[in-house]
Order: sequence, then C-alpha cells, then structure tokens
Amino acid sequence: MKRTIAATLATFAVAFAAPVSAGPREDLLAQYASATQSSGFSAVRGQALHTRNFAGGKADTPACISCHGKDTRSPGRTPAGKPIAPLAVSVTPTRYTDPAKVEKWFKRNCIEVLGRECTPQEKGDWLAYTISQ
Amino acid sequence: MNLTYRPLVLGITALCFSAIVLGRAQAGGNHFYAPVVDQVVKEECGSCHIAFAPSMLPASSWQRMMGNLKNHFGDDASVDAETAARISRYHMANAADAGGQRYSGKLLKGVAPGSAPQRITELPAWVREHRKVPGWEWRHKDVRTKANCAACHAYAEQGYYDE
Repeated sequence: MKRTIAATLATFAVAFAAPVSAGPREDLLAQYASATQSSGFSAVRGQALHTRNFAGGKADTPACISCHGKDTRSPGRTPAGKPIAPLAVSVTPTRYTDPAKVEKWFKRNCIEVLGRECTPQEKGDWLAYTISQ
Repeated sequence: MNLTYRPLVLGITALCFSAIVLGRAQAGGNHFYAPVVDQVVKEECGSCHIAFAPSMLPASSWQRMMGNLKNHFGDDASVDAETAARISRYHMANAADAGGQRYSGKLLKGVAPGSAPQRITELPAWVREHRKVPGWEWRHKDVRTKANCAACHAYAEQGYYDE
C-alpha cells in the first residue's frame, strides 16, 4: 500500500517537473515568429494596431477597440451586448493559453475589423502588447 | 342594497383574475426557456450574443442556420465540422418542436410548419409580446439590438424572460 502511494506520488512529481520552459503563450509567439522573417515582436506596434481604424472591414467595427474598448484592463462589449473579458493578461490570466481559441478569434476578428486575416507579424505584435498589459 | 352586492362582485372579480392567471400559467406562459447547458455549445453560441435557448426556434430553423454559419446574420461564425455537428445535435434535440416543446408554449403560434424562421425577434409571438416597447428603449445605449435580451430580462442567461 505504502509503495503504491509512493509510486503515485513519484508519478505526479515527474508529471509536474516536466518542461516548464515555455507556456502556451510563449509557444504561440514562437510559432508566429517562425512564420515571419522579422526581427521580433513589438508591444508598441501591437498597441498601434489595436487602436487604429481600418476601412477594409465592417463599418460598425473599424477597430479592435470598437468592441474591446480603449482600456485593455477593462471589459469590452460585443455588438449584441455580451461583456468581453479584459484583454490584459494581468487582469484575465487565462487569456491566450488555448492556441486554437486564439487562432479562432484572430481569424474572425481580423476579418471583421481589417477585412482580411492578420499576418503572423501582426498577431505577434498584438499578443506582445496584450501580454504586457 | 349596494352593500350586499359589493362582496359578491369583488369575489367574482378576484375569481376571474385568478382564472386568467392560472390559464396563462397552464398555457406555458411562464416565460422560461431552458438555457444551454452543454459547455461547448454555450461557448460557441454564447460568445457574441447570449446562447439563445434552442426551444425558441423549431428544428427546421436551427438546421437552416447551421447550414449557413459562413454568413451568420452578416458575420462569419464558422466552426469546425465536429463542433458544428455537436451544436446541431443539441439544437435539434431541444428545439421548440422537439424536446423543448414544454418551454416553447405559444412561441411558434403563427409560424408556418417547415418555414424555418431565422430571427427569434421576427416570430409573430415575439413581436406581439414586445409591441409595447418604445423605439427609444431599443435604441438605448445599453440595448441597441433586439438580440440583447439580457439588457431588459436580467435573468435571460438563466432562462427567465419575465418582464
């Protein structure tokens, strides 16, 4: 019995000691970095992208901030009235930890706001910005 | 003379009132529409707007809607095939003319069978129930769209749509 418990504990210890080197956010950034030739990502460029008005998308959502609001630490609001959790990782720690979810919303929202999909460079910059917030 | 009739009249009035209230309750007029409980469906259908109860539209409506997510009221709401199948199954099973019938009450009154309406807010019963809401209330900054049920129905997310 004691041995079984020890073995179980050991298994858990190994499982938790497994590579903590990179979280899902770092993995995502690395993935975007490998898909682009640029020197890196910039939170400043990300912020500019976040607040800029685009003409290519839908008229009622010209910018990211149309729904997410100007303050990344405050909740946003969808056109149908649903609250959107704050974008800043400091306020919503679970943000950008599910890569499929991140990609899903980049695709939908970039098409709605910019009228096209975002480039890996834009995604990386934007993430660098919201992660820093 | 008047004094002898008064209790009787009052009693009859009270009785009529109770009968009307009871009648409405029995007809499913309690304005409860079971909310979505499947977590995947809730997440996929409840991020942009509230996850509308499947019992608010007939199965034919949901089928048609799931066939055109690429243009979902002007937005591309496409999901992967597996998720789409799960959402379809859930909505078809709990639609107003299927498992959700006990909630839908008179909501489908005036809807032609097989007509597959897409907007809950265009169902004749919905229009009738909201006929007294003035235009300025719909345009209010906290409402803006008829799809924003929770702006007025505080417990819409829990399934309650009383006034």
